[in-house]
Amino acid sequence: MSLDLSFYSWELIQNFLIKGLLFSVQLTIVATLGGIAFGTVLALMRLSNKPWLTIPASCYVNVMRSIPLVMVILWFFLLIPTLIGRPIGADLSAYITFIAFEAAFFCEIVRAGIGSIPKGQAAAGQALGMSYAQNMRLIVLPQAFRNMIPIFMTQIIILFQDTSLVYAIGAYDLLKGFEIAGKNYGRPIESYLLAAVVYFLICFSLSRAVKTLQKKVAIIR
Amino acid sequence: MALIEIKQISKWYGSFQVLTNCSTNIEVGEVVIVCGPSGSGKSTLIKTINGLEAFQSGEIRIDGVSVGDPQTNLPQLRAQVGMVFQNFELFPHLSVTENLTIAQIKVLGKSQSDATALGMKYLERVGLINQKDKFPGQLSGGQQQRVAIARALSMNPKVMLFDEPTSALDPEMVGEVLDVMVQLAHDGMTMICVTHEMGFAKKVGHRVIFMDQGKIVEDCSKDEFFLHPEKRAPRAQEFLAKIITQ
Repeated sequence: MSLDLSFYSWELIQNFLIKGLLFSVQLTIVATLGGIAFGTVLALMRLSNKPWLTIPASCYVNVMRSIPLVMVILWFFLLIPTLIGRPIGADLSAYITFIAFEAAFFCEIVRAGIGSIPKGQAAAGQALGMSYAQNMRLIVLPQAFRNMIPIFMTQIIILFQDTSLVYAIGAYDLLKGFEIAGKNYGRPIESYLLAAVVYFLICFSLSRAVKTLQKKVAIIR
Repeated sequence: MALIEIKQISKWYGSFQVLTNCSTNIEVGEVVIVCGPSGSGKSTLIKTINGLEAFQSGEIRIDGVSVGDPQTNLPQLRAQVGMVFQNFELFPHLSVTENLTIAQIKVLGKSQSDATALGMKYLERVGLINQKDKFPGQLSGGQQQRVAIARALSMNPKVMLFDEPTSALDPEMVGEVLDVMVQLAHDGMTMICVTHEMGFAKKVGHRVIFMDQGKIVEDCSKDEFFLHPEKRAPRAQEFLAKIITQ
């Protein structure tokens, strides 16, 4: 078998890949921002001392972390239309699913991040008269987030790879672009080969960036 | 009425009792030294005053406001009580200036410029005005603790609580922090200091509270405590003997 790479061209990128790449990147960004926001709420719920907050949050996180993502993607795609009575489309469904799923993982990262801040910091904020919300917003979370940036980045890289799972509901992401291009040119093997190279380049350069970032954001104690 | 009234405070961690019926009053302008062997409940007692540690029975009032009452606005009450911690607890992600102003702005609702002006006044007073743009991690322990004192003072507190403020410092830095505290005492600040620095206690203390096993064993004037150790409880005598021979 011989490889024919002649269809690797600007045309391929323009016609098949750009659209998919944009969606994958958008999905990654939305899922990261939404997931961190929702995940932080879940983390604060889990860290509270009120059972009516901790129990639902723990259940949610444990369930989400224990089932495969592709199943969640399918479920949401089938479930939400039945709940709201009208179809919502693959893209929107993907956004909602990824936020909901990633939140469970970001929750655990944020929880560990908050736990890494010395108790005395919260005590100092309290002693100055800060409310719980002020203390979290101004003192604890800014420090926790800074400590968490490397783990966040690692999670984002995994998330970017996981966005390819939206093939299950037919959304047009980067991998889908390669799939269609492969079919179109009659060269699926070469197309998937290029897909692997592209995913590798994106993820590898991101993980190198994490290493550099890690050194820069450390707080001097 | 005393500024701070502590009545019959008891506290348990599970079945272990850490404080047993502690009572005392603190008047405006008084400098009270709290001492005792480690694990005697000194730090716990001082932290119950601003509600950082809860207690199960008894009552504490600051200027008539009950700390343990669930109706009390605890953040508001704490804003009037300055606290200095053993490990400084400056906010490492904020500059010295921001450390001094953040609570003034966010808690007291002051403007940025008012908060900065007052913060700088106290920073000047602790002799660190030239460090205003640095971050806590760039300062020595003694400098950090002086900034922490300035931060607490910037809230214009009615009383200052010191929880072993020099215990985490290298010996050569203890002096600079104690100097600031001596000056503060001379200025008439009401102070409650958990400390092992008996030199400081003798110099500026008005009253000494000696604790052992969660109980207030001695509560007497400084002179009574240091000049007439023979009249003290045996546990306090033992403690004094150790301190003096050091």
